[in-house]
Amino acid sequence: MIPLSHYLILSATLFAIGAAGVFLRKNLITILLSVEIMLNAVNLTFVAFGRYAGDLDGQIITFFVMTVAAAEAAVGLALVIALFRHRESLNPDAFTSLKW
Amino acid sequence: MHAAGALARPARDGGGALMEPFIRPIAIGVMIFIVFNALIMASAVLVLAERKIMGFMQQRYGPYLVGPHGMLQPIADILKLIFKEELRPKGADKWLFTLAPVVSVVAAFVAFATVPYGAETTLFGLLDEPIKLGISDVNVGVLVVFAVTSMGVYGIVLAGWSSNSKYSLFGGLRASAQMISYELSYATALAAVILLAGSLSLREIVDSQQGTWFGALPQWFLFLQPIGFIIYVIAGVAETNRAPFDFPEAEQELVAGYNTEYSSVRFALFPQAEYINMVTMSAVATDLYLGGWHFPGVPPEYGWIVFLAKVSMFLFVYIWMRWTVPRYRYDQLMMFGWKYLFPASVLNLIATAALVLYFNA
Amino acid sequence: MPETITFYLFAALAVGASVLVIAQRNPMYSVLLLIASFGALSGLYIQLDAPFVAVAQIIIYAGAIMVLFLFVVMLLNAPKEDGADWDRTHPLRQRGVTRWGTLLVALLIVQLASALMSVREYRNPVGAQSDATSVSSVADLGRSIFTRHTFAFEATSILILVAMVGAVVLARREDAQ
Repeated sequence: MIPLSHYLILSATLFAIGAAGVFLRKNLITILLSVEIMLNAVNLTFVAFGRYAGDLDGQIITFFVMTVAAAEAAVGLALVIALFRHRESLNPDAFTSLKW
Repeated sequence: MHAAGALARPARDGGGALMEPFIRPIAIGVMIFIVFNALIMASAVLVLAERKIMGFMQQRYGPYLVGPHGMLQPIADILKLIFKEELRPKGADKWLFTLAPVVSVVAAFVAFATVPYGAETTLFGLLDEPIKLGISDVNVGVLVVFAVTSMGVYGIVLAGWSSNSKYSLFGGLRASAQMISYELSYATALAAVILLAGSLSLREIVDSQQGTWFGALPQWFLFLQPIGFIIYVIAGVAETNRAPFDFPEAEQELVAGYNTEYSSVRFALFPQAEYINMVTMSAVATDLYLGGWHFPGVPPEYGWIVFLAKVSMFLFVYIWMRWTVPRYRYDQLMMFGWKYLFPASVLNLIATAALVLYFNA
Repeated sequence: MPETITFYLFAALAVGASVLVIAQRNPMYSVLLLIASFGALSGLYIQLDAPFVAVAQIIIYAGAIMVLFLFVVMLLNAPKEDGADWDRTHPLRQRGVTRWGTLLVALLIVQLASALMSVREYRNPVGAQSDATSVSSVADLGRSIFTRHTFAFEATSILILVAMVGAVVLARREDAQ
């Protein structure tokens, strides 16, 4: 029986890796991928807690998180496509025209 | 679980005491081995069957020189492919070019792992506890088949992209777009069957189709869901990139599409993956709609023969369709999938749900 | 014992693949490595007695969302990151970032983990009676979703519709007119 703390540490690690990816990478698609990593880490936390509390709600919320992640990925990628058409670049530093 | 039970049980008679705990794991291992090899041989036999049936439909003999009636032709084909030169285009991505056919084939094999093909058998009294004929029986079996089939899309996409050639890229993109479009209708037709059977496990779906009505008509879901069956078969054919839906890999259109740049063994894995996908689709269709291994009057131990017969019938229909019906153009194909097949399957699901609710209330 | 082995195996695969995702230069490889990470997570879900979530993870995440990412990467022919930028920002290639960035990541992990582990109010673990088949059935999930969480379910369906329309509109090529 794996103790709950193992799963929590694992999901904390995954979340931190995803966060590091969002901050450090200069490629829009990789940033979106890092966001997906974070969402997955959260899913793992929910399912682990649900399992150890004997509640089914952990899995149910995972269902909704996945759906929202799908919607967000779709819209995010559509934005990336539109942005790429403008500047021919996927580097977020190329889109600084609103900076003062 | 069963193996652990066998290990825990004390030996019965003095003579076979040593072998007793090992018989079950050995039986399971032998079964896996047999199924794996059967799938490989099935793809080889299908190569020959396709060419022979195509030949007879076109009023000529198929291959008949190699071996009696051309039966050793697949061996000749495989030997030829193995001895060809292994080419790789210069700009092709080194890892992905080799990974793509591997992904295709692995997904094709794994998809068959949750498909049951027979009732429980004690191997004619050799085992104490009967083993179920089917590599694994998970309680979400239908979804596992669907999940692994949707992983097979990656083989084609990666093949198209990593070949670094525009024909391959277009072929790969089109094939994968087609596959993910028809997955929707596939899943909704599946959902209607799940409603009728009340379970996601393929074995339970098959077992809910035993028995007959009025003593003569077997209680298959085919008769309860005729439209769903047609939708499922069409979606299954489109999923495997076969028959009228094989535009992305048609020789006349895109110079063989995503596998243009492949040669020798890497190439051989693609048609093999396609044939094994065909077998899996036929097996799943048999389990879902044709009652699997149940047939009125056949004892359950010989159910797997019935299963084989039904799957062979499906495969024949696959081959028959390919050489009879003209190919869909790509935009016709996508329009059909989204505008006609998907609404039809959603309506089928709603109607099934309504009828199930009505008759159960 | 086999549980522990599979846990560490899947955990190592998930963490390793995720680190490689953010350390890869080629976005195509990143997407494929993320699919591997999702597969590992799916294995972990099966170990947590959540077979439906495991299969849904493969179907939705690895089978649909990642295909979408793959399409976009292929169609945009996403360029690899620029060399100078790469050296400046790569986490493992630069002393300043390595020193402070990794330290901050480690700090985040420790903080998150300790925050999560400080939850003590959960009831007795279900699987304490080890052999009890506490595998949640899909029927229970469905029953709960469609009765207690109906509103969230319907709201999600509207969300998907809005996202679909939005994605089509945003990615549409502007007409020259």
